[in-house]
Amino acid sequence: MKPRHKKLTIIIMSVAALGLSAKLVLDVFQSNLVFFFSPTQVAANEAPRGKSFRIGGLVEKGSVKRQSDGITVNFVVTDTAKFIPVVYTGILPDLFKEGKGVVAQGKLSADGVFLADEVLAKHDENYMPPEVANALEQASKAQKTVVTK
Amino acid sequence: MAINWFKYSSPASFYSLAGKMTPLFSITAFALFVAGLYIGFFVAPTDFQQSEAYRIIFIHVPAAWMSMFLYLIMASWAAIGLAFNTRLSSMIATAIAPTGAMFTFLALWTGALWGKPMWGTWWVWDARLTSELILLFLYIGFMALQAAIDDPRRADKAGAVIALVGVVNIPIIYFSVKWWNTLHQGATVSLTQSPKMAATMLTSMLIMGLACWMYSIAVVLMRTRTIILERERHTMWVSELQGTA
Amino acid sequence: MSWASWSDFFAMGGYGFYVWGSYLVSFFCMAGEIALAFNRKRTLLRQLSLIHKPIQKEQNNETTP
Repeated sequence: MKPRHKKLTIIIMSVAALGLSAKLVLDVFQSNLVFFFSPTQVAANEAPRGKSFRIGGLVEKGSVKRQSDGITVNFVVTDTAKFIPVVYTGILPDLFKEGKGVVAQGKLSADGVFLADEVLAKHDENYMPPEVANALEQASKAQKTVVTK
Repeated sequence: MAINWFKYSSPASFYSLAGKMTPLFSITAFALFVAGLYIGFFVAPTDFQQSEAYRIIFIHVPAAWMSMFLYLIMASWAAIGLAFNTRLSSMIATAIAPTGAMFTFLALWTGALWGKPMWGTWWVWDARLTSELILLFLYIGFMALQAAIDDPRRADKAGAVIALVGVVNIPIIYFSVKWWNTLHQGATVSLTQSPKMAATMLTSMLIMGLACWMYSIAVVLMRTRTIILERERHTMWVSELQGTA
Repeated sequence: MSWASWSDFFAMGGYGFYVWGSYLVSFFCMAGEIALAFNRKRTLLRQLSLIHKPIQKEQNNETTP
């Protein structure tokens, strides 16, 4: 084979090899980087049994209850369709709030309670001053009362 | 009047042009940094959700933007150098890599410092963070490969292959928050939607983005000049430059 | 944004460590990159003058009739 053809072959093979490894990395993303399962997926038994996984959703309003020992907390994760109870012992992040996003890592117990060993807060992409946020909240509350009347 | 655009593809002409342009971009970058930081810290209000921690955004997002943008520019110049066998194009690509790597590191570093108080962790292996880390590895791989190959033209070509194959990572980084479940939130600003950000916050972020861009151009022009001298050291025009020095 | 005092500004609502940790590292990285770029050029010019000054001297010697 001519030296120039050989060089071209090497280049094409390298690109192909790198492209293949890129595809493999993407496949890994697909399987392992199901970064979290939704409550609906967990309820449908799509999450791995007996293994640690992450559940993500919103903290259901009114569901946060601190236990008497002071550091254990119960709350419910929801995607508005299904609700999974979670129990966690440890410090919660600053942004952990009812009605806000949460990602918890842990195992699902036999009775369907998620035993979390890590709880992370997930925030949205909105940035605004408190006055604007309050105004928006008032506006959506007013809208709701109009609709229900 | 015919403009000879190809005049500046000669390293010698580009050398003097870049020398004149560098101060302009440096001064512009400095002014924009001052303006951007002033607005970000003294005009933009506090955030309803993240309080003052959100102000990291004014360096985190511009650094992330630059990390991706510089990679595309670097890959473009590398491709031109590969396709047209032009030396200067490859030199520019080589000059871009360190700055791109720096901004990628800063995106990851400032992101970690932002994630710890807000999310509750320094790091997670979600698609956004992992793909940005891969970008850092791509930059480092590019620089390491070029440093390992003695012949500059072969180094140019080998680097170009890595740069081009890695381009697929850029849309992965950008769309990661859309395609997969991630801890990192979605896009606050995009070309297709109105911004989900107060006006003064957005202004500062855009000015800082522009500042980082001007800074990058200035540093890359300067580094390109050095690379030109390194690689063209045996030419007449370089020795004449030394004669007058 | 009006800060009540400079100490409030530095405290950044309790997040000062994270905010200033981000900006200081960024500043030092950029300053460092500029310094390295200047240094690389200076070293190169020094090396080049070591090559070219002797050549210049030889050329000068050779042109004497």
